[in-house]
Amino acid sequence: MDNKTVNHIATLARIGIDPGEVDEYAADLSRILEFVAQMNAVDTADVAPLTHPRDRLLRMREDRVTEFDQRDEFQRVAPSVETGLYLVPRVIE
Amino acid sequence: MSTTELSSLARSLSGGAFSSVELTQSYLDRIAAAPELNTFITVDEAFSLAQARASDERRRRGEVLSPLDGIPIAHKDIFCTRGMLTTCGSHILDGFVSPYDATVIERFGNGGAVTLGKTNMDEFAMGSSGETSYYGVIRNPWDTSRVPGGSSAGSAAALAAGLCPAATGTDTGGSIRQPAAFCGVTGFKPSYGQVSRYGMIAFASSLDQGGPLARSARDAALMMDVMAGFDSRDATSVPQDQPDFSGALDNDLKGLRIGVPAEFFGAGLDEPIERAVRDALRVFEEMGAQIKEVSLPNSELCVPCYYVIAPSEASSNLSRFDGVRFGHRAKEYDDLVGMYMKTRAEGFGAEVKRRVMIGTFALSAGYYDAYYNKALKLRRLIAEDFDRAFAECDVLMGPTTPTTAFPIGDKTDDPIAMYLNDIFTIPVNLAGLPGLSMPAGLDPAGLPIGLQVIGRYFDDARVLNVAHQYQRRTEWHTRWPEGWPS
Repeated sequence: MDNKTVNHIATLARIGIDPGEVDEYAADLSRILEFVAQMNAVDTADVAPLTHPRDRLLRMREDRVTEFDQRDEFQRVAPSVETGLYLVPRVIE
Repeated sequence: MSTTELSSLARSLSGGAFSSVELTQSYLDRIAAAPELNTFITVDEAFSLAQARASDERRRRGEVLSPLDGIPIAHKDIFCTRGMLTTCGSHILDGFVSPYDATVIERFGNGGAVTLGKTNMDEFAMGSSGETSYYGVIRNPWDTSRVPGGSSAGSAAALAAGLCPAATGTDTGGSIRQPAAFCGVTGFKPSYGQVSRYGMIAFASSLDQGGPLARSARDAALMMDVMAGFDSRDATSVPQDQPDFSGALDNDLKGLRIGVPAEFFGAGLDEPIERAVRDALRVFEEMGAQIKEVSLPNSELCVPCYYVIAPSEASSNLSRFDGVRFGHRAKEYDDLVGMYMKTRAEGFGAEVKRRVMIGTFALSAGYYDAYYNKALKLRRLIAEDFDRAFAECDVLMGPTTPTTAFPIGDKTDDPIAMYLNDIFTIPVNLAGLPGLSMPAGLDPAGLPIGLQVIGRYFDDARVLNVAHQYQRRTEWHTRWPEGWPS
């Protein structure tokens, strides 16, 4: 993984990394990718991906309201709220 | 008052030998006297003692809720607890007090158990050594220069040192069984879907499963009776009648077919561990079980497969930690994306960042098929290996770990060496099966060795039954680390 890819992935992952850390990330992540590339030893062309450990379908439930209003309680642990709204930096000018 | 099995503590409580307040206080005192192990992140004496008092009052009124009423249980700090901090071992959850209880916490509460505190753990359960917590390194009471294993490190170490009579943990790739092996206790990872994941902070949702760490399989069964069962709030919870794990403990093992996967005894397995496992197999033979060699041909690919699937799921699950709704937020930033990036850079530790980055890469455009989809296909082959093995046997047995507890700092610079600790435990999560580790010997340095028992899907009760029968005939699970009062 080159430095350009590291910076791209860091942006996708929303993790800020210092320019000084990029080389180390590139080396670390490359080693891990090299390690997981062992997977290619097996031909899986005719194998269907297993997305749930037991191939179970998720349960369906009735379409009815199960949540009740707990806004105040949820917002009590937020870093910044005002009049029931979460505050973040301005997104729309 | 000595630490002992839950059933005996329950008898003492009902016989009036001591009260829940006295019992709880004695554990709180032990915790306070063992700061060097660093096993707890949060202990709230007033909170725990209030629950203990309520239990004592219930008992006086004759309203005992379950065999665990009044017994203090330590909870891994990954389970959300109303009224007590939940950190998941991470800086990013600074000051987070959950507005609700996880189902597991609620079930113990409904059974009258006392919450003894929240145990230290690898950050977001990502680690095999108890070294990645924001709250510092956790130590193994058998040798405090060594790791307790991870990620349920605090739960296992506290239990081994007698700081709690039982604890909860979670297991995504071995996080209950591996620390149980390193600390000489019994740890059980239930079948996927057996224990509710509601309120259990998600690491890799298709692999995560909560379970007990206890002094014996019998205690683990007692805890499972309380913590397992269907929960409509977890979409992957499997509808089932309330299971009776304790009820199956005494089943005879005559004729039990034990499969021993050849791949679990290859290069890299410490010789004393192999010897201990072979000795244990002989004990089962004496009980009338048949031993049969089986093969799990894709074993070698489990760790690479896991290190695509788990980080991919983690990269998605951990996107909720962005400084908006809870926890830490960076102080200075220019715009919204900058706030996310700085908050997460400050809030996550090195291993969590590494895995989120790997997972983001594996799911990114152009790489999805080569990594994530490839891993899902392999996962099917791995699960099918188990199906074939279970066609000719009832349980599988082998070592839990290739080595015993290693020195603190030994593998922190080498992520891959660290990942390979879980080589025997990861396959079980990939296939969604129940797995247990229990003490089966000590190595020449006096460190505990874990024997792993793997069961068929939803055959959890049999795994506990098999372990209990072994523990009836052996005494490895009763060994204590020197220097810690039993």
